Order: sequence, then C-alpha cells, then structure tokens
Amino acid sequence: MRTIYFILQKEFLQIFRNKGMLRIILLIPIIQLLVLANAANYEVKNLAIDVVDHDHSAWSLRLVNKLVASGYFKLHRQTFNEKAAFEDLQLDKADIVLMIPRHFERDLVREDKASLQLLVNAINGSKAGLANGYANTIIRSFNANIRAEWLALDKRNAPASIEVTYSNWFNTRLDYKVFMVPGIIVVLVTMIGAFLSGMNIVKEKEIGTIEQLNVTPIRKHHFILGKLIPFWILALFEMALGLLIGKLVFHLPMAGSLWLVFLFAAVYLWVMLGMGLLISTFTETQQQAMFIAWFFVIIFILMSGLFTPVENMPHWAQVITWFNPIAYFVKVIRMVLLKGSGWVNIQLYLLIMLVYALVMNGIAIWNYRKTT
Amino acid sequence: MRQFIVFAKKEFYHIFRDKRTLLILFGMPIVQIVLFGFAITNEIKNAEIAVLDQSGDYYSTRLVQKLQAGSYFKVDKMLQSAKAIDAAFREGHIKMAVVIPPKFSDAFFHLKKAQVQLLADAGDPNTATTLINYARSIIGSYQQELNGPQQLPLTINTTVRMQYNSALKSVFLFVPGVMTLILLLVSAMMTSITIAREKELGTMEILLVSPLPPPLIVVGKVVPYIALSFINALVILGMGVWLFGMPIRGSIALLLLECALFVLTSLALGILISTVTDKQQTAMMASMMGLLMPTTLLSGFIFPIESMPWPLQWLSNLMPAKWFIIILKDIMLKGSGLREVWPQSLVLCGMTLLFVVISIRKFKIRLG
Repeated sequence: MRTIYFILQKEFLQIFRNKGMLRIILLIPIIQLLVLANAANYEVKNLAIDVVDHDHSAWSLRLVNKLVASGYFKLHRQTFNEKAAFEDLQLDKADIVLMIPRHFERDLVREDKASLQLLVNAINGSKAGLANGYANTIIRSFNANIRAEWLALDKRNAPASIEVTYSNWFNTRLDYKVFMVPGIIVVLVTMIGAFLSGMNIVKEKEIGTIEQLNVTPIRKHHFILGKLIPFWILALFEMALGLLIGKLVFHLPMAGSLWLVFLFAAVYLWVMLGMGLLISTFTETQQQAMFIAWFFVIIFILMSGLFTPVENMPHWAQVITWFNPIAYFVKVIRMVLLKGSGWVNIQLYLLIMLVYALVMNGIAIWNYRKTT
Repeated sequence: MRQFIVFAKKEFYHIFRDKRTLLILFGMPIVQIVLFGFAITNEIKNAEIAVLDQSGDYYSTRLVQKLQAGSYFKVDKMLQSAKAIDAAFREGHIKMAVVIPPKFSDAFFHLKKAQVQLLADAGDPNTATTLINYARSIIGSYQQELNGPQQLPLTINTTVRMQYNSALKSVFLFVPGVMTLILLLVSAMMTSITIAREKELGTMEILLVSPLPPPLIVVGKVVPYIALSFINALVILGMGVWLFGMPIRGSIALLLLECALFVLTSLALGILISTVTDKQQTAMMASMMGLLMPTTLLSGFIFPIESMPWPLQWLSNLMPAKWFIIILKDIMLKGSGLREVWPQSLVLCGMTLLFVVISIRKFKIRLG
C-alpha cells in the first residue's frame, strides 16, 4: 500500500510540475465547454431567400411578407431577374429561391389553381429539408387563409381534419446546449483517460526511465495502479468541474441522481485508462501511442451519437457502436441528466462497462512486462 | 542544397523505418473515412416510437400502419396506459410517443375533427423537430386519403427543386467535412510531433549545431510530410469519389491545387504548434484538444454556421477547415472555378503565410 502511495506522490508531482500540460488539462476543456456548447445548434433561422415575383399582386406580396415575418427567412433580394437569383444560389448567397409566376393571383381565382416554384440549395441535405419544410408549411397556411377569406368557408362543409398537437418532453424550450453539454463533458473526460495515461507510460519507455522503475521492488500492479489512479482522479475532478459549469452557465437540468453519473463515470474511466494502458504495452514511442489512441478516440467520438444520432447509422455501424464505450457513456449521461433515468434503466450499461473494464485491464496487465 | 537533400533523406528514413507509424498514417484515414462517410448522417431512419392507441378502431390502426410504412418510424412498443409513456421514455429506446385518443374514427367522420398527440423526446431537439415534421406530414396525407379525392378551390401547388443534391444525400454534406478533418489532423499532428520529438529526445540540439540554417531544418523536416499528406489527400479524395459517389463537377487540376494548398496550411499549423511546445505530449494534446473539437464544431462540418451566435460565427472564420470545406463543396458539387473560390483560397494562403511567419519569429535557435 505504501508503495502505491509513493508512486502516486511521484506521479502527481510530475503532473503538477509540467505547467504547459496542466494548462491544457484544465483550461482548454473549460474554454471548450463554454464556447463549443454554443456552436452546436441545428436550428436553422434567417435562411436567405431570393424572391422572383413576376406577379406583384396583393396576394403574392402577402405571401412574401408572411415568409419573411415567420423569422425563418430573411429576404436577401427581390428581383425580376431569374439569372441573378440563380447566381445567388450558386454563390451561396441565397439558400432558397421562390419563383412566383406571372398571373399567379389571376390563375388562382379563375382556374382555382396556381403554382409556385421553390429552388433549394440542397448541398446541406438536412438544412435544405428544414428550409423546404418551413416554406411549405407557411405556403400551406397562406393557402388555407386566402381560401377561407375568399369563400368564407362554412366550418361544417369543410373536409374533416386530423388535428395534430405535439409537445417536446424533457427539454421544452428545445435548447440544444442542454443536449450538447453532457456530451462535451464526456469527450473532455475521455481525452484525459485515454491519452494521458497511456502516453505517460510510453514516455518512461522512450526516455528510458522505465528501466529504473523496473529494477525497483515495485510490483507490477503497484506500478500500474500508481500510473492510472492520478488520471482517474484528475478526470473525475474534471467531470465535476464540467457539470458545475454546465449547471451554472447553461442551466443543465439534473433530473436524475448525480451519484449515478459519477458511478458510471468511475467505471467508464477504467475502460479508457485500460485502453491507454493496453496501447502503451505494445508501442515503443509516444508518437505511435498517440496515433493509435487518436485513431480509436476519434472513431469512438464521432460514432458515439454525440453529434449525429446512433439510430441514423446503417445497421453494421450500429453494431460497431456496441463496442464503443463512449457511446454508452454519452447515452447514459443524457438519460440520467435529462430524463431522470434511474438505476433500473442503466444497470445493463453499467454491467457492460464493468466487463469491458475488466477485459481491457486484464489484457493490458497480462501483456505488460517488467523485463524487456 | 546537397546538405538539405541529405537532411530530407534522413527524415524519409525516419518515417519509413517506423513501419507501425507508417501503417497508422495511411491505414487510419482510410478506415476513418469509410466509417464516418457511412455512419455520420442526419437522415433519420427507423426511429423507434411507442404508440398509445386508445381507440383501437380500424382507422386508428391504419394510421399506425401508415406511420410505420415509410422508413422513418418503427413501432417499438404498444403502450396500454398514459402512465407507461414516461417509463418508456426513461428506458431510452423510443424517440417519440404517438397518442391517439378514444373514438378516433367517430370523431373524424362525425365531428369532422379527430385528434392525435405527438410527444417527442426533445433531449435531442433536432431529432425531435424532424420526427414531428415527418409524423405531421404522414398524418396529413392520411387525412387527405380519408377525405377522398376532391378538388379544393384556390389550390397552390408548390413544386420544389433541390439544387446540386437532388436526393438530399447527407453524404454530400459530410464527406467533404470528413476529408478536411482527417487531412488537417493528420498533417498538423504529424509535423508538430516530429519536431517536438527531436526537442524532447535532445537530438534537436545536434541538428541546431549542424551547419544547416534553422529554417532549412524545419523545411527539411516538413518536406517528407508534404509528400505523405498529399498522397493521403489523393487517397481520401479518391475514396470520396469512388466509394461515396461524390462528383467532381469542377476542374480536377484546380481541386488538386487546392488540396496541396490546404496540406501546406495544415503543416504550417503543425509547425506553429511545435514551436510553442517542447514536449510531445503537449504538442499532441494541443493538436488534439485545440484542433479536433473546434474543427468539428466550428467549421460548419456538422453544425450550420448560420445558427451560431455571432461571436462564434466570427470565430469560425479562423478555422482553416471552414474555408477548405467551402472550396471542396464548390468545386466538387457545384462545379465552381477559380472565379468563385478565389476568396477562400486567398484566406488559406494568408493563413499559411501567417503561421509560417509566426513560427519563424518564435523559433528558438538556442534551447533551454
């Protein structure tokens, strides 16, 4: 026990002496959390719209006003020149072009139908989908309005309708930050766990100091525990800090039990630390260790459901995420904090993490040799 | 000049002897682009929903079938009571619950107004909004189907044309982003680490006392990586075209030139990082923490820049990746030429120059 204590002391001294590193460990994550949580937002507002109105009737003007007044669209250019509108689309100055043909109002009244054309810049598929959705909803409601005014429709003669009401649970204001902050906290904690632990051991290898440690009476498990525990503590501390910032700055709801989150994090971190350790056992230089850790961590992060939902992935990719520890943690931290999921809901995931941690560390310790 | 060639040769040996790193350098981008190209998508498919059908009549059952018919929704469970909804959400599988109140068909055909309630898990606001939109449009077309064909007076038909990406494939959005991200990280990280490594191992001192002028040392270290990164860029580009069906509508020569330019920008960034750090760990963490998250989030790769608050929109201008993504999309998808992309190219040139100048000024000839 005393041996571990001394190793821990040495490790902490080393960490706190490296001021540049300390800054990266503590400062960058906080800044990232504060800044990046604001960046992650899919809500699309102020889409630039070009209107080519060849009709210039009362109704066409009203439609344009209605589109702009909705807040989703910002009139970029009103023109008769279709070429100019196309040019704007090409140069990304406009996201959407609305073409109102000549005699729009007259056709509507005389022939009971008229047509409009929307051109959407669809390179960003999801944005285009939303823009199209907004525009169509507004046009439809405009259509219903003028129809009602024109015919002064009797409610009883109207066709039957299904009224759809909806509500947004767990995040009524549709605040994207509340969704992102837990995820970003997971990433920050992960970087410390997976990178620093593994690199720390490889560094001793590369510099040669590991020889000195190997000839001491320190036992294998003492050495490994002594190497991993400091980063375990550091990462948990960082998570607490992240949650505190989340609470104070972003009003992150904490519907479930925080103990559950910390319990899960404590187990999860052993998976990442184990991974770092494992990588360190079969690499010789920090460069190799970093590249390998980097490779896995990026895959884990981008396929964790942090940015894009796991459910959207093709089936084979979803199967890969079953082996992705970050995906479990992202899911659990969101479930607990946002929905108030309890022990019953996450126990399976916790068990999976536990098995994962045991396997990772088991292989790593088995693979670690004190002799070269 | 001969000294320089000899020095660059030394770097090549360094790289080619370390087979493991070499394998990672070339294998990594390939695996990543395959995974991300397919896996990162916003297209919602088979979202699991729960249904609480309190009517249970013919028309309400058909509504549920309609919802399931497309590829958007999959009914995960049929609930029996309103109380079960909350528990179902907490389990974490379902994204939306559909509640159909009692006497659905009766209300529809006699009162002319039936109700359907959608409850979405807005923990993920984007998915929630999209799902509600999909469900509303499915229910809307079901309503029309029930009413039968009848021509309503004053109907506005809207035809929509999706320009440049008619199938709304999100591949077109994400693949340029993935290409940029991987290229940037690999290039910047490689250079920053290789220089920091010489410092940490003490071999930098030996290089500095050699007759080679310091700028040439740095250039010599970077030259092999220019070659490697450019090959990487070609591989990534090739995979984007053949695997994901990205078109190249503009000029290939221009595209390759822009790739070369971006490789240079990334390498210059790597040099800059390495001049301000002297430990591999620090260089690594700086590239990782300082580049990965900001690039993914601020470059417009995943999240639209227009939706960000203005300070972040401004900040996004500092991301080299943002400009390169625009260039890639313009040349590949829109077929733009230099006439359209020269401002972005100029920005990248400027950034490269800036990084190099700062690095030269910060570069210390003496250690310690």
